[in-house]
Amino acid sequence: MLNKYVRPLFLILIICVASFTLLAQSDTTATANGFMRSNDKIYVVMAVGMVILIGLLFYIIRIDRKVSQLEKK
Amino acid sequence: MKFAWWKVLCIVLLVFTFIAGFLVSVPFVGNLYQSIRNFYFHVPMWFGQFALLGLSLFYSIGYLRTQNLRYDVYAAEFAKTGIVFGILGLITGSIWANYTWGEPWSNDPKQVCAAIAELIYFAYLVLRGSMNDIDKKARVSSVYNIFSFFLYIPLVFIIPRLVQSLHPGGMEGAEGGGNPALGGGSLDSSMRLVFWPAVFGWILLGFWISNLKIRLQLLTLKNLIDVK
Repeated sequence: MLNKYVRPLFLILIICVASFTLLAQSDTTATANGFMRSNDKIYVVMAVGMVILIGLLFYIIRIDRKVSQLEKK
Repeated sequence: MKFAWWKVLCIVLLVFTFIAGFLVSVPFVGNLYQSIRNFYFHVPMWFGQFALLGLSLFYSIGYLRTQNLRYDVYAAEFAKTGIVFGILGLITGSIWANYTWGEPWSNDPKQVCAAIAELIYFAYLVLRGSMNDIDKKARVSSVYNIFSFFLYIPLVFIIPRLVQSLHPGGMEGAEGGGNPALGGGSLDSSMRLVFWPAVFGWILLGFWISNLKIRLQLLTLKNLIDVK
């Protein structure tokens, strides 16, 4: 029951966050040396780390949900 | 939960990666600046994918030898985790490329070949999903899995080294050319001290996730296959 609503809500959240990055991107192209390139490009490493963390968490949440469904049976 | 030694090792290595990965001093290479630290995060995704797909191949052969359906479950779940690692590798690589090569996708041979390899493994999942008969599914997909692994090798390890590439190890790079990461001079020794623990940490994490999925899948298939 809950899962039916969680999935679209999560999608909406992702779209919202993604649109923010679009906004941020248009800002950084306006300035020659944007946020991502500041401090010797260390924020690129942060972005990469976040992608891996979020990707693996997303995968683990999916597994968790499957375990819960199995437990219900 | 069984807290096996390799799970502890995985946690220790990854904590080490995230601490030492940001603290050790890194060499100055081209326009990478501090983003060279992505070496501890982006590159191990591909090492992890290779290890997981290798295990998947191992169990596919095991299935064909023994007709034990457990091995087919192993092969499928290792391949799925490998695919997830590959997707993360492609995304992280695109982010890194955007700030060093100027654009997220520059049709670099390694990028293109890695994407093709990923698509070949997507087809493995499509193939599995297309069959209901559990024995037929296991046999056909095991054969396809062996085929796709031996396409993966030339795509990721050979072709990018024969042509000019933005990635290290292409023909053009004289120093360390032809063998990125593993070649003598291409990786600074101080980086290697963090890089190899990182590689093994990420591989173990992939193994751990696959292990969970295998146990789950064996439980769901409890009535269909013999679980010992």
